[in-house]
Amino acid sequence: MTAIPLGVPRRLVEFTIDGQEARVPEGSTVLDGCRAAGKDVPTLCQGDTLTPKNACRVCVVEVEGSRTLVPACSRRAEPGMEVRTDTERARHSRKIVLELLASSVDLSTTPMVAEWIKEYDAKPDRFGPAAARLNEEPKIDNDLYVRDYDKCILCYKCVDACGDQWQNTFAISVAGRGFDARIAVEHDAPLTDSACVYCGNCIEVCPTGALSFKSEYDRRAAGNWDESAQKQTTTVCAYCGVGCNLTLHVQDNEIVKVTSPHDNPVTHGNLCIKGRFGYQHVQNRG
Amino acid sequence: MTKRDRTPKTYTRLTRPLVRDSRDEPFRETSWEDALERTARGLRRHRGAFGMFSCARATNEMNYVAQKFARVVMGTNNVDSCNRTCHAPSVAGLSAAFGSGGGTSSYEEIEHTDVIVMWGSNARFAHPIFFQHVLKGVRNGARMYAVDPRRTSTAEWADGWLGLNVGTDIPMAHAIGREIIHAGLANEAFVERATSDFEAYRALVEPWTLSLAEKVTGVPAAAIRELAHAYARAERAQLCWTLGITEHHNGTDNVRALINLSLLTGHVGRYGSGLQPLRGQNNVQGGGDMGAIPNRLPGFQDILDPAARLKFESAWDTVIQPHYGLNLTEMFEAMEEGSLKAVYCIGENPAQSEADSEQAVRRLRSLDFLVVQDIFLTRTAELADVVLPATAGWAETDGTTTNSERRVQRVRRAVTPPGEAREDIDILCDLATRLGHGWKYADAEAVWNELRSVSPDHYGMTYDRLERHQGIQWPCPSTEGLEPAHLHGRLWERDPERRGRRAPFGLVRHDPPVDLTDEEYPIRLTTGRRLDSYNTGVQSGSFASPLRRGEFVELCPEDAEHYGVVVGEEVRVSSRRGSVVAPVWIDTALRPGLAFMTMHFPDEVDTNQLTIEANCPIAGTAEFKASAIRIEKLPAPAYVR
Repeated sequence: MTAIPLGVPRRLVEFTIDGQEARVPEGSTVLDGCRAAGKDVPTLCQGDTLTPKNACRVCVVEVEGSRTLVPACSRRAEPGMEVRTDTERARHSRKIVLELLASSVDLSTTPMVAEWIKEYDAKPDRFGPAAARLNEEPKIDNDLYVRDYDKCILCYKCVDACGDQWQNTFAISVAGRGFDARIAVEHDAPLTDSACVYCGNCIEVCPTGALSFKSEYDRRAAGNWDESAQKQTTTVCAYCGVGCNLTLHVQDNEIVKVTSPHDNPVTHGNLCIKGRFGYQHVQNRG
Repeated sequence: MTKRDRTPKTYTRLTRPLVRDSRDEPFRETSWEDALERTARGLRRHRGAFGMFSCARATNEMNYVAQKFARVVMGTNNVDSCNRTCHAPSVAGLSAAFGSGGGTSSYEEIEHTDVIVMWGSNARFAHPIFFQHVLKGVRNGARMYAVDPRRTSTAEWADGWLGLNVGTDIPMAHAIGREIIHAGLANEAFVERATSDFEAYRALVEPWTLSLAEKVTGVPAAAIRELAHAYARAERAQLCWTLGITEHHNGTDNVRALINLSLLTGHVGRYGSGLQPLRGQNNVQGGGDMGAIPNRLPGFQDILDPAARLKFESAWDTVIQPHYGLNLTEMFEAMEEGSLKAVYCIGENPAQSEADSEQAVRRLRSLDFLVVQDIFLTRTAELADVVLPATAGWAETDGTTTNSERRVQRVRRAVTPPGEAREDIDILCDLATRLGHGWKYADAEAVWNELRSVSPDHYGMTYDRLERHQGIQWPCPSTEGLEPAHLHGRLWERDPERRGRRAPFGLVRHDPPVDLTDEEYPIRLTTGRRLDSYNTGVQSGSFASPLRRGEFVELCPEDAEHYGVVVGEEVRVSSRRGSVVAPVWIDTALRPGLAFMTMHFPDEVDTNQLTIEANCPIAGTAEFKASAIRIEKLPAPAYVR
């Protein structure tokens, strides 16, 4: 008979962050340690439900004895490690990353980024107005999603969420190579001609708003999107017996967005088309 | 080709009570006072001929109050919900074998199992987030088998697809059982210690050789053998099923046949090994747990058990009828006979969801008094004398629901209901007061705490703990600890005392679908769900799904060629009960002689005019999955200029 696998008990790893003692369970990342210690390390491509991709490099820290800067999101904490989050070198690197991203990508809907630009004294304008941008119109080819690749930082989170890490639909992929690499749906097809099942799990992980719900996009366009006026309430989906937890974002008594808690044991932050978008019937209030 | 209006019917929320004096009149808006007085009068008149349709989509708290209303205020056990149209056979089958009617495993366990069998379940479409757990299992190395007449999107992920003929699940299961026994792969120690009736089971399955099963099911013997060996040899295995098993005239027998396989191999009661019926409504598990079924009191306590009755009689200060009530199916039959005259229908739409929908409407019309409590004026509400505007359980009320892995989770009010709509519990208590029972609950938590006090399996689940643990799975008898997430570990105990009642093998026989195909009706029609739609479409019709394409009759390419029809062409689809016109879709997942339709667009094509009301005698579930139909090409339309 099979025993219940409890796993090997996880030992605590002791190391230091900025000179302070830190202890995290074995297998945790440097970022986990930093967050537990209340250190503000910026992240963009890191996702709490996804395998680290090491794409954006905005979370780099210095580790004693390491020749290069280390991405905190993927590097596992080791005993005796000496991590420094706020050195000149780490700060300079973050500043350059932010300048390169902000000069080539529209980060206007990226949470926190304005504060980071200020914090690291980044000057995206110094590359001049001719800095390469995509300059594309947002793609609106259906009533649920908007894809605005002007805002895409190529972090690959949507590719992973649509692919083998969660949804296994594989509608989203990277097309092109090198400077021409970009996120695409089936080599640049409209969403409606793709394998997309409209689960919205790519939008859930997108860090910049390149992928957004049309409900949010339309409200932003109309100047009627006010996150400070939105209340989030977690309830349970009514569409089948699986019991997915839904967080309803409500503004002026209208559901404007639906997400799911990333640490929920049923969903791990994922939903299907019905749970994500099937709320309209409640507010057909005549 | 004719143009068809593809905009789904959207429903607008009810905001005021509606009444009428006779059924030929249109509804008129009225006050709550008037509507509730009329309802109280209508119900008082028919004490003794009353039935309650509770709601498998509302909260546990509402279901608890609704069944208490039926039992205490109306003095009847005639209370049921749409569990009858889907998973009642799973509950009946699991109860008969193990003594309780829930799935035995947790979602997380399927990520750590070795073999997954998806039987009659297109979880990729119908339970997409559960299927993500399955895919984790597959990526962790589990082998997956799909047993389904259609090569569904679930089957696309399987190592093996066993495309059996509709309604031959028992031959398939028995052949697998026989093969396991003959190959010496039965878990003899488990069978010996924890089960009963094995010898009779062995004799029962003995005739079902692989070659006979191949003839009956249409699945190659080698494929059946492979599944038998994979399942029996696995260290851990999960057997999951959905309505492909239960929506048959012998649904409970089908469930028993699957449970037999788990008993034979010991794939139950251990971490990673279990049985998982995937429930169709958000609270169809909870509705039954709360006693909104005709044979159980809250917490799965049997009405025939005098001790259980006594406990509730003293808790509720009432007398509980010492016999089972009528289930939903029997209530419909009682309407026909005239012995059921008043129905209180909460959040259900039987006029469109029942098999043979014309008959269901006729029976509802024959009622003397019908009150419908819903958020929309559904087809059922249109038949009512009084319509009470309610709140949407999942977004406008507080409470709990219970999912397929028996996890009780908190539902919270996020938006304010429209107009004068009131919460279900509030309405029920108001009516109870008018009928002489002054019920008052401060809030949903007060209802829940009353339930906790009478249901030991729920006692440990305070709202506080439910929030802290993101839901707790029953049983949870203590406010201190948590039980293992899988059920029936007792079957593995060495001490016979602690092992408890043996799980009996189900001695069930093959019984083909009632609606036979013949020369006149040569095609087998089966029904199911699509990814972006839900049941009768009242809820899911309102959002702009890019995937929605409306109702079609789906045929395989060979049949389409045989009838000379193309995609989008309208054809007449007829069964022995009714006839509808629907456009054709061609799907290579089907095979010759097999057609598929959904029940999502009844206002467009009323599929349930075709289905047969042949019911499982134990659980009362109709055979939605097997009708005999014929397809007729329509004459070319005459164009008028």
